[in-house]
Amino acid sequence: MKRIEDIGDLAVGYDLVIVGAGPAGLAAAAQASELGLATLIADENPAPGGQIYRAITTTPVKRHDVLGEAYWQGLGLAEALEASNCDYAPQTTVWSAELGRDETGKIAEPRSFTVGVSRAGKARLVQARRLILATGALERPFPVPGWTLPGVMTAGAAQIALKSSGLVPQGRTVLAGSGPLLLLLADQLKRAGADIVAVLDTTPSGNFKAALPLLPDFLRSPYAAYGLKLFARTRFSLPIRRNVLELRISGEECVERIAFTQSGRPVTIDCDQVLLHQGVIPNINMSNALGCGQHWDMSMHAWTPTVDEWFASSVPGIAIAGDGAGIAGAPSAAIRGRIAAIAAASAVGLLDATTRVRLAGPLQAEAARLSRGRSFIDTLYRPPGNVLRPADPATIICRCEEVCAGQIRDVVRQLHVQGPNQLKAYLRTGMGPCQGRMCGPTVIELIAEQRGVPVSDVGHYRLRTPVKPITLEEIASMPQSEAAKNAVMR
Amino acid sequence: MFRPISDELRQATSHDGSPSVRAVGFTFDGRRMTARAGDTVAAALLVNGVAACRETPVSAARRGPYCLMGVCFDCLVVIDGVGNRQACLTPLREGMAVETQHGARDIGALERDE
Amino acid sequence: MSASEYNMTEPDSIVVGGGIVGASIAFGLARSGERVVLLDEGDVAFRASRGNFALVWVQSKGLALPPYAAWTQQSAREWHDLARILSDETGVDVAHSQPGGFTLCLSQKEVDARLDKLTRFHNRPDAPHFPYEILDHDEVKKRLPDIGDEVVGAVYSPLDGHANPLLLMRALHSYLGVKGGEYRPGHAVDAIAVEGDGFRLKGAWGELRAAKLILAAGLGNARLAPMVGLEAPVKPSRGQLIVTEKTSPFLCNPLVTIRQTNEGGVLIGDSKEEAGFENITGTGVLSIMAERAFRMFPKLRHLNVVRTWSALRVMSADGFPIYDQTHSGPPAFVTSCHSGITLAGVHAMTLAPTLSRSARLPEILAPFTPKRFHVPAH
Repeated sequence: MKRIEDIGDLAVGYDLVIVGAGPAGLAAAAQASELGLATLIADENPAPGGQIYRAITTTPVKRHDVLGEAYWQGLGLAEALEASNCDYAPQTTVWSAELGRDETGKIAEPRSFTVGVSRAGKARLVQARRLILATGALERPFPVPGWTLPGVMTAGAAQIALKSSGLVPQGRTVLAGSGPLLLLLADQLKRAGADIVAVLDTTPSGNFKAALPLLPDFLRSPYAAYGLKLFARTRFSLPIRRNVLELRISGEECVERIAFTQSGRPVTIDCDQVLLHQGVIPNINMSNALGCGQHWDMSMHAWTPTVDEWFASSVPGIAIAGDGAGIAGAPSAAIRGRIAAIAAASAVGLLDATTRVRLAGPLQAEAARLSRGRSFIDTLYRPPGNVLRPADPATIICRCEEVCAGQIRDVVRQLHVQGPNQLKAYLRTGMGPCQGRMCGPTVIELIAEQRGVPVSDVGHYRLRTPVKPITLEEIASMPQSEAAKNAVMR
Repeated sequence: MFRPISDELRQATSHDGSPSVRAVGFTFDGRRMTARAGDTVAAALLVNGVAACRETPVSAARRGPYCLMGVCFDCLVVIDGVGNRQACLTPLREGMAVETQHGARDIGALERDE
Repeated sequence: MSASEYNMTEPDSIVVGGGIVGASIAFGLARSGERVVLLDEGDVAFRASRGNFALVWVQSKGLALPPYAAWTQQSAREWHDLARILSDETGVDVAHSQPGGFTLCLSQKEVDARLDKLTRFHNRPDAPHFPYEILDHDEVKKRLPDIGDEVVGAVYSPLDGHANPLLLMRALHSYLGVKGGEYRPGHAVDAIAVEGDGFRLKGAWGELRAAKLILAAGLGNARLAPMVGLEAPVKPSRGQLIVTEKTSPFLCNPLVTIRQTNEGGVLIGDSKEEAGFENITGTGVLSIMAERAFRMFPKLRHLNVVRTWSALRVMSADGFPIYDQTHSGPPAFVTSCHSGITLAGVHAMTLAPTLSRSARLPEILAPFTPKRFHVPAH
């Protein structure tokens, strides 16, 4: 592996550019370079691992039982990257990718992408014959009154602090929400010395009944043993409160308390830190901005890029591997990354069809095995309406532009808003620097609620590059053609 | 706010028995602070008891790091005079001057930069 | 939204196109007492109104066609009333101001080209003169202290202004509700039939009849106008835009390619490409726009770009608006232009009231008939 410290050290072109160095990206990079593809893997973080294996090579937490064996499995992927001959660009943002065009504006054949890459305030373009987006997942936004107060973070954020810096929350800590990570993290933090004063479980009691028919499938899944052990261990060791509703966080300058109802009774707990979690959903910002088709996934209850069995998106040349194309966990993401890399090698002519199928066959079987039990988890932790569509009108939905649930409901009703792009024009929801990552899922829920239609009818933001902010100077350093000059200077 | 886990849990000693944690000095709004080499600016602030690091441009509400993975843009700070930097994606470096991001990015601060 | 959401079964007039042009006309009709239905497409459509630069711009408009210059100047005057009424009636301040606008030039050649056009215009006996100044670097620097050394000069006109286009859209749509009209998004029109003394419009949503019809559907006019015997030969012209993160206020005047919005972001425009119906962005064009912006204001160099986008202007062959009307049968009108924000004042305050009163276009719009394109080929 060649570590790219300066943007100038990038090659002019690659067979394959991979965005994201989580399990899918790392596995894809190692597989691709093994198959002979000139590969660049670019990632925003200082070290490989993504979020699930965050800081796997640099974590100060060396005792394996603190972060758990599932975490340390990521080391193999990082070592495979190290041993490969691909270019690895840490702290590097991929902010655009355009299809190469000829002078008449038509897409040039053979297709190649011009990829906008930025590192340390310097941007440049590299060519790529294929792209694999391995941008992973993000936590489903969980807007409750007070969720913007300092001291409120996502559960994932606390886990990142633990993995990358060996930090635990200080003072009285409350975890609230639902999903497999909630319990796992509460357990992890408690064993790491945090003062967990409550775990507030918002999972509706009806979910278990709905998920019950899927339980046998889950019990045969690779996660069953681990999940059941965690469940048994935490049942008495953690102060879990179930059937929690109407969360409300408050405090003067920072978090001071969290109020909620449990079985209809109001409860208030004083605390210094609140960690929210409501499961994870695919991070679709880049695939959406690059024009990849997406569909509403009923099981995950989220917009998801549409991919085929080779993880190819609707845009020829762009594959989406890992949780970015559907949540299935880290081991599955790695397998999916390898399959996408095999497909890329085949597409550029390094593998014939027979070899491609021979290599990918066992991996595809493994991916299928790893997806077992997923529907049980999805059903068990499906967020209820009161979580997806906050009732309190003062709840901030768009954190960047500070737009509340009440404003959104009013405008949708009054102006018959059809979808999030129209709402964006009226209220600026999704126009801030996060580009709708924090508000999009809730905005479409509220529109659907007011219109009385399924959320799948509402659509999603049309996203644009740069996928992450870059400076005007960086944009200005991009090549300028005569045609482009004529388009501006008139 | 956050604190380091115990040395025992971290096994925070190198082979020769000396502490493997190197301290990095920086300032936040002029106050001297230290954090572990390898931390991001966001982690360094959290471990120093800083929960809020910006005031929003819309309502001047106080905000602090929320996602720590670069997607929420709530940990924006001024670093060495450059505004709206994502603290959670920026590795801490010795001598960094970190400041609260007050509202919208100050265009005057850009001039100093030239 | 279910059909029962809407009450009006036979409005006085139907406006097709819920962008700024259609909504401005619907505003004027509703204000004149008409029962108006404004039909719009859904969440994703070609929407110049959401993607535009939002100038209320006079200094470069109609230099080759004086009636267009006059129409534009009138609109800039009427914008003040439009903004006031919207604020009073809907509570939405559309952030309109007329502080005077600049066209900054980065070479003497650019200055000379602008001066030449302005001089020729003002030498025409039929030209509606307007105040402007040609400024050298030092004079520009006095008025805009943040400009860079590369700015050679500027054209300034006190008539130029700007507004917030998204708030304008919200205010116009809201106004319709206040006046008993109806804004109906998700109502794309598939067919229009002339039927007795009125029109019947059909779409997947059902159908609707009215005695008067105004087509303001942007690029969609090219398809819709022939259904009622009118024509609107318009094509897309792609414009790309950049918006930066919010910054402290540094620029209250609009520039033809840079303006700071009331929320604090800096908008950078305006490119022009004939690129069919693809509203994508391209780094080549964005690069030049970004570079010119910080050569004009060096302070902008390190500002973060949060979003770029492109929108499709509605462009006729000569670049001027198209206004046309039926001469027999029930009254139908077509309005196609790419300067919907600038012309919102005059569309809302003059055009629509005239259509309401007389069911005829104002006389001043005679030169904008699409018949002007019927030039026999040589």
